[in-house]
Amino acid sequence: MTSGPVLSVRDLKVEFASRRGVLRALDGVSFDIGRGEVLGLVGESGAGKSLTGAAVIGLLEPPGRIVSGEVRLLGERIDALPERQMRAVRGRRIAMVFQDPLTSLNPLYTVGQQIEQTILAHLPVSRREARRRAIDLLKEVGIQGAERRADAYPHEFSGGMRQRVVLALALCAEPDLVIADEPTTALDVSVQAQIIALIRKLCLERGMAVMLITHDMGVIAETADRVAVMYAGRIVETGPVAALVGAPLHPYARGLMAAIPRLDGDRERLAQIPGAMPRLQDLPRGCAFCPRCPENFAHCHVERPELVTRGEHRVACFLYGDGLADRAGDDGAAPAPEMDGAPGEAVP
Amino acid sequence: MIAFVIRRLFQSVIVMIAVGLIAFTMFRFVGDPVNQIVSIDTPREQRERVRQDLGLDRPVPVQFAAYLVRAAQFDFGMSYQFRQPVRGLIGERMPATLELAGVAAVLALLVGIPMGVFTALRRDSLLASLFMAVSLVGISLPTFLIAILLRYLFSVQLGWLPSYGRGDVVMLAGWSTGLLTASGLKALILPAVTLALFQMTLITRLVRAEMLEVLRTDYIRFARARGLRNRTIHFGHALKNTLVPLITVTGLQLGSLIAFALITEYVFQWPGMGLLFLGAVQNVDIPVMAAYLMLTATIFVGINLVVDLLYAAVDPRLRIAARPA
Repeated sequence: MTSGPVLSVRDLKVEFASRRGVLRALDGVSFDIGRGEVLGLVGESGAGKSLTGAAVIGLLEPPGRIVSGEVRLLGERIDALPERQMRAVRGRRIAMVFQDPLTSLNPLYTVGQQIEQTILAHLPVSRREARRRAIDLLKEVGIQGAERRADAYPHEFSGGMRQRVVLALALCAEPDLVIADEPTTALDVSVQAQIIALIRKLCLERGMAVMLITHDMGVIAETADRVAVMYAGRIVETGPVAALVGAPLHPYARGLMAAIPRLDGDRERLAQIPGAMPRLQDLPRGCAFCPRCPENFAHCHVERPELVTRGEHRVACFLYGDGLADRAGDDGAAPAPEMDGAPGEAVP
Repeated sequence: MIAFVIRRLFQSVIVMIAVGLIAFTMFRFVGDPVNQIVSIDTPREQRERVRQDLGLDRPVPVQFAAYLVRAAQFDFGMSYQFRQPVRGLIGERMPATLELAGVAAVLALLVGIPMGVFTALRRDSLLASLFMAVSLVGISLPTFLIAILLRYLFSVQLGWLPSYGRGDVVMLAGWSTGLLTASGLKALILPAVTLALFQMTLITRLVRAEMLEVLRTDYIRFARARGLRNRTIHFGHALKNTLVPLITVTGLQLGSLIAFALITEYVFQWPGMGLLFLGAVQNVDIPVMAAYLMLTATIFVGINLVVDLLYAAVDPRLRIAARPA
C-alpha cells in the first residue's frame, strides 16, 4: 500500500471533436484525493465536474476523450488502460454513484440480485457468500429488515432508501475511491442530510477516498475536507473546506458563497452572479470568468491566470498573482472586453 | 393475480359476445338466409319448413342466444358452399395456418431480435447499416410482391422448393402436420419466409429503437460503472428491459399472422383458413365467414390474455398494478 494519494489527477485535458471543431471541455485539471478524504468538486452546470468523474472512471461518452494528462490510482496509471482492464477497475477499485437513485437501479431485478451480480463480477466468492455479503451491505447502509428487503424490487423503495441501496452497490467490492455525482440532488432535504452523514461515515470507516461532485455549497460545507471550485473546464480555486467556505479568494468562489441562503441572515435578496457561464465554443481568450467578474481589469481579457498558492488556497486569478503590476502596466492599452469566438477552439 | 386473470377472462367473454353479435348480424345483413339455402323455384310451403327447421321463425334475440350457445360448442352450422359442417372445414385447415404462422413467428423472433440487438450495439458498423437497409426493403415491399419474387427465384429459376401446396402431411392425433415430412418442410419454407419477413423487420427495428433508448438510461451507466461485463449489461440488463414493448408488438403481430395470412396462403395455395375464407367471400358462404370472424377474434383475445400475463412475468412493476386496488 502506498502512502501517496489514492487518486492523483494531473493536467487532465478532455476534448470533444464536433463538426464545428474541437471543444476542450476539461483544460488542465489537477487534484489529489487521499485515503479517508472527501474532495468536493463544485461549480455550475457545465463546469466539467461530472465530466471529470466520467474521465477518471473511464466512462467518457464518445466523442469525448482524454487528450493529455494522467490519472493515477494508488500510483498506477489508469487513464489509458484497455477496456478489459478498466472494467476490472470499475466497481472494484473505483465506484460511482449517480444523481438519481430512482433511475440508477434496473427495475427488473431485485436489489439483492443487483448487489450479488456486482459482487460476483469482481470477487471470487460463492453465490451463497455473495448473498450474505449483499444482506450485510444493506444492513450497513441502514436498510431495515435487510434479509427481507433484499428480495424487493427498486420500485418498492423510497428515494432515500434507493440511494442507500445505490451506495451499497457502489461499496460492494470495497473500492478505494467513490465518485459521488450529485448524490443528494434528487432527494428531499431531510433525506439529503442522512445520505451525507452516511457517505461521511462510510468514508471514515473504510478509509475510502471520496470525490463528491455537487453544485450545492451546503452539502460541500458539511461533507468535504477539501474543495475544488471548477469553472468552464478548469479548477479556479482549491483549498481546505473551512478556508474556502469561510474566506474564498476567487471572485467566482466568493459569488458562490454569497449565493448560499442563510437562515440567520436578514431577508434580503440572495446575491447572484450575473450572466451565465460561456459556452465551450466561445470561451473568452483571457480568464473564462472575466465577462461576469465584478473585479476584472484589462489584463484578465488577454491571458488566462494559472493557479498560484495563497496561504491555504490555490487560486487562479490575477488579483492574487505575482508581478501583477508589471503586467497590468504592459497591457494597459489592451482592448477592453474582447469576446471573439475563435480562442475557445484550442485545437483546429 | 388470480383475480386479475378472472377479470380479464370476464372481459374476454364480453368481447366475444360482441363479436358474436356482429357474426350473427352478417346472416341477416345479406338478405334472407333461407334464400341462400333453397333454390329459386322452391315452393312457399317448403321454404317455410326450412325456415322452421332452422329456427328462423323465432324472435331475433332467441336466435342470437341459440347461435351463441351453438358457437360456444364450435357448431357454426353448415357451409352453403360445401354442404358440410363448418366445424369440419375449419378443423381440417386450421393446423396448416397455425403451423405456417407459428413457424413464421419463431423465424421472425429468432432472426429479428439478434439483428435488432446487433444494429443497436454496432450502430456505426457497415453490417448494421446493411441490415437496416434490408429491413427497410422488408418493411416497405408488399407481401404479395415478396411472395412472387421468392417463388420466381427459388421455385421457377432454381427449382429448389415447391411453388405451392403443403407437401405430404402426417396425421397426429387429429392434427395434420407437415413438419414431420421432408416435402412438408420444404413446402413450408417459402410461405413462412414470406410471412416472417415483414414481422422480422418490424421486430428488428423495434428492438433496435428500444435498445438504443435503454442503453442511454442511468441504470445502464451505473451497471457500466460497476464494472459488469458487456454481455451481462447488453443482454441481462438492456435486452430484458426491451421485452415489454416487444411482447406487446409480437402478440399483436402473431394475431395478425394467423388471421391475415390470407395473401401468403393465396399466392402459395396454402390449404389454410385464409384460403377457405377467400373462397367463402367469393361464394357468399356466410356460415364460414362468421365462423372465421369468431375464430380470429378468439385467437386475438387469447393472445392478449397471454400477453398481459407475460407482462407481469417480465416486469415486477406491473405485478403490483395487476393487483386489484
